[in-house]
Amino acid sequence: MECVFGLVGNGFAIVAADTSAVHSILVHKSNEDKIIILDSHKLIAASGEPGDRVQFTEYIQKNVALYQFRNGIPLTTVAAANFTRGELATALRKNPSFVNILLAGYDKETGPSLYYIDYIATLHKVEKGAFGYGSYFSLSMMDRHFHSGMSVEEAIDLVDKCILEIRSRLVVAPPNFVIKIVDKDGAREYAWRESVKEAVAA
Amino acid sequence: MARYDRAITVFSPDGHLFQVEYALEAVRKGNAAVGVRGTDVVVLGVEKKSTAKLQDSRTVRKIVSLDDHIALVCAGLKADARVLVNRARIECQSHRLTVEDPVTVEYITRYIAGLQQKYTQSGGVRPFGLSTLIVGFDPYTGIPSLYQTDPSGAFSAWKANATGRNSNSMREFLEKNYKETSGQETVKLAIRALLEVVESGGKNIEIAVMTKEHGLRQLEEAEIDAIVAEIEAEKAAAETAKKAPPKET
Repeated sequence: MECVFGLVGNGFAIVAADTSAVHSILVHKSNEDKIIILDSHKLIAASGEPGDRVQFTEYIQKNVALYQFRNGIPLTTVAAANFTRGELATALRKNPSFVNILLAGYDKETGPSLYYIDYIATLHKVEKGAFGYGSYFSLSMMDRHFHSGMSVEEAIDLVDKCILEIRSRLVVAPPNFVIKIVDKDGAREYAWRESVKEAVAA
Repeated sequence: MARYDRAITVFSPDGHLFQVEYALEAVRKGNAAVGVRGTDVVVLGVEKKSTAKLQDSRTVRKIVSLDDHIALVCAGLKADARVLVNRARIECQSHRLTVEDPVTVEYITRYIAGLQQKYTQSGGVRPFGLSTLIVGFDPYTGIPSLYQTDPSGAFSAWKANATGRNSNSMREFLEKNYKETSGQETVKLAIRALLEVVESGGKNIEIAVMTKEHGLRQLEEAEIDAIVAEIEAEKAAAETAKKAPPKET
């Protein structure tokens, strides 16, 4: 039921992920942030086994930081994507991580990019991608409305269209989403789309 | 083969570990390095031996970052330094991964010192031939610290210290002239200590300043030259003040 999707626009890449943490029929929380900031100009939106998701993405984040200290310059997005895929591939036939990843990044030389990395270590550079049951709806919406070089407003509009489709057509649709963006000014949270607020003690 | 795996560092009859003491000799031959702790900054300085004409000086960085809030300078065998710095960098990230907290300066100093000690008590290895000066800010309290480690694996905290070539003269100077300073004054104190033993000029000194907000910043040659000029002017003014006795009664 986890929904993660993203797309590349004009000088930026945007990813959206649902924010529910679910265990069988219980929703633990509906404000779980599944988009981790890898470094100043990279984001990883991850979905899959909750323990694996946090374990694997934090491991990648710390190794990316280590690279930067060792070498004095940050990894490029393509290098980070290949490193991530490599770690998934190495673990695959011993202790696999059940995590699907959309890696969005911005490099000064090559601009924004989005990488689709699934749990069996498939790696594709894509303009738009999605994981989970929500992908049936978000990919279709993006196929219809996406064009190269969209502005931030157009992209957010498309993201909202996808969220609307997921909410109306998916049987156990997640109520809340978080949207994060990465561009030349860095990786940051853009907005939340909440239809159910976490209950706050009176 | 059995004869070659006994410890290389063994006690002498009068209780010395000669290998460790020889390692300290190696440190004494290394470049001069100084560290000064201020109230809101910590400053590291090191002498830069004149770079060979064909050498790319950007690849010879003596002051290194271990993490966003920790930096290190060392005196002694540079190759040993590379190994130690690499292990420390890994430990900084590993600590962040397991406990979700950045390391404290004391933790990483204890780790490096522990590593150096291990190599004085293992079979078939020699001690690391370097002493380090480690500076940083506590990630939560924001308090600056300066620590020193040596080949024996001992470590302690300092307000200001020096290691490497002529460290005794620099330490004496610091003992005479140390006072609580902040910002630019701390930088000046570090440079003045270094100038006691190093030829003056921006191309012979490397200085880095660490602040809580901006992390580690290496000073440009021009900046260092400007501060050195200030220091020399102050020295000259002090000299003339001494030489000209007050004429009024």
